[in-house]
Amino acid sequence: MKDETSNLNKDIFTDRMEHVSTREGYGKGLLEAGERDERVVLLSADLTGSTAGNYFAERFPERFVQVGVAEQNLVTVASGMGAMGKIPFANSYAVFSPGRNWEQIRTTICYNNQPVKIIGSHVGVSVGPDGGTHQALEDIALMRSLPNMTVISPCDAKEAYKATLAMAKTDTPAYMRLTRDKTPMMTTDDTDFEIGKAMLFYGEAVGKADVGIIATGPLLYRALKVARVLEEKAIKAKVLNLSTVKPLDGEAIAELAEQTEAIVTVEEHQKMGGMGSAVAEFLAVHRPTPMEFIGVDDAFGESGKAEELLEKFKMGEGDILSAVERVMARK
Amino acid sequence: MSTLTEKEIYELEKSANRIRKHIIRMLTEARSGHTAGSLGMADVFTVLYLKVLNHRPNEPLWEKRDRVVLSNGHICPVLYATMTEAGYFPEEELMTLRKLGSRLQGHPHREHLPGIETTSGPLGCGLSQIAGMAIADRMNHGDSSERYFYCLLSDGELNSGNIWEAGMLVAKERLANVIAVVDRNNIQIDGFTQDIMPLEPLKEKWESWGWSTVEIDGHDIGHITEAFMRAKLEKEKPSMIIAKTIPGKGVSEFEGKYEWHGKVPDEEQGKKALEELDGIDEEIERGK
Repeated sequence: MKDETSNLNKDIFTDRMEHVSTREGYGKGLLEAGERDERVVLLSADLTGSTAGNYFAERFPERFVQVGVAEQNLVTVASGMGAMGKIPFANSYAVFSPGRNWEQIRTTICYNNQPVKIIGSHVGVSVGPDGGTHQALEDIALMRSLPNMTVISPCDAKEAYKATLAMAKTDTPAYMRLTRDKTPMMTTDDTDFEIGKAMLFYGEAVGKADVGIIATGPLLYRALKVARVLEEKAIKAKVLNLSTVKPLDGEAIAELAEQTEAIVTVEEHQKMGGMGSAVAEFLAVHRPTPMEFIGVDDAFGESGKAEELLEKFKMGEGDILSAVERVMARK
Repeated sequence: MSTLTEKEIYELEKSANRIRKHIIRMLTEARSGHTAGSLGMADVFTVLYLKVLNHRPNEPLWEKRDRVVLSNGHICPVLYATMTEAGYFPEEELMTLRKLGSRLQGHPHREHLPGIETTSGPLGCGLSQIAGMAIADRMNHGDSSERYFYCLLSDGELNSGNIWEAGMLVAKERLANVIAVVDRNNIQIDGFTQDIMPLEPLKEKWESWGWSTVEIDGHDIGHITEAFMRAKLEKEKPSMIIAKTIPGKGVSEFEGKYEWHGKVPDEEQGKKALEELDGIDEEIERGK
């Protein structure tokens, strides 16, 4: 059963549940962050509307900088603005930023330790018909290897909204990945969010269980549905929402491993270098535990519908279920 | 238009030569680094830091200071040596260049040394950072800002697309308080710029998209001062100063040779170089 303390949407497993994209949640959050703090500025590389930066740009045109199709310029200009006391948000698609401009982010934002927030939309194969060129699957790996960088992957629009407000209050670099598609609104206004804190969304906080599923991003919904199916089969699962990939909430992960002794990670990203890798790096040292990984297996995406692609690339509910069976057999 | 007196020119030339000697000593001690560009830009740095900048070396984070970004961070020996000449930190510290624990990193790092506005080294990123600083400053203060934003570039790094992205943005935003200087020394690591990636007509390129552009002798203290002063008076457009310099300037063995881009003098070469620079000192004393 879903965890009551996390105040999730009461319609979570019904048809009444609302679907909103995480980019939309970010756009509304940025508008609010702009209202609260005049240091917040937005930079865009010709993708203002499709990254939901339009709400901010229309409300605060004097705090909006359009750099054109130039992602290297996008982040280096943002670095300069950070040096003058601004809290710059730099929007684009994740394949371009942080894809195209990684070194500029490394040197001028992370090494410089400027409070620039990189916002990469259109992650994962669920971008759909645009195809493999536009489906970012490597961004977590790129960003989490950088010192000083925080990496956030919100599970739904409400969490993206809260994460945006939280990022705007920090004076260090951050990256947030967003999705194009409308996805289930699992959380509510009352669900807590704190950078660096994982939250249990399914199962009881105390006591043993048969498996621990750690998910990041909107695929978390599939993990919750799988946990429900498992419950019908009398298999107890706990599901952790790991929306901050860096810094990693080691305490919560170690506790889950302790309670379940079998972990499945779920993310819409390459298995290599992603959230699952971060969890594995941690557990290998602190509490070696059998693990299975749901993610893209060293491949590029392709055109299709989001749902078709998630199935094709083995990130569907059936795939999570199989991974649970495999990892439990390895206990 | 240069308002410098003969005495001022004399003092600046003496400073520039002292800076060159510091560079030789630092690089000989460090055993690695970039010689040619550092020596070549000594005159521009001298004028900028000792005559042009509105700054407080004993209060490097003074809020109203002009901002300087050295985009081609590899010539930081000239930056560090000029900073000691301006009073940012004691001369003795120069000998720590590139050593463990030094504030003088092999390429400048903001968090190591106050007075460094941004970390640099990977080429092509400086102009866009200065653009961001100037845009933010205009958001903060409108036209009442008295700050200038200086960016020092190499000609080799103009190969990089990031520079041209920034050039377009600065022109679009009409950032008239941005003043950039290109060290036009015609060399880069692999050879002469003309062979690696031709840049000419460089002046026309910058002019064509709205930069006020001049070419000057980058070793003439009067010319350099005049170019900066004119750029500061320009109220409509950003300014680009193409400073024609001789790489390795001051040491005949290094002058004009791209091989000295990333090479340092050994002890014997260093000693000879310092003797030659002592000779230049005497020439300056005699009034040439």
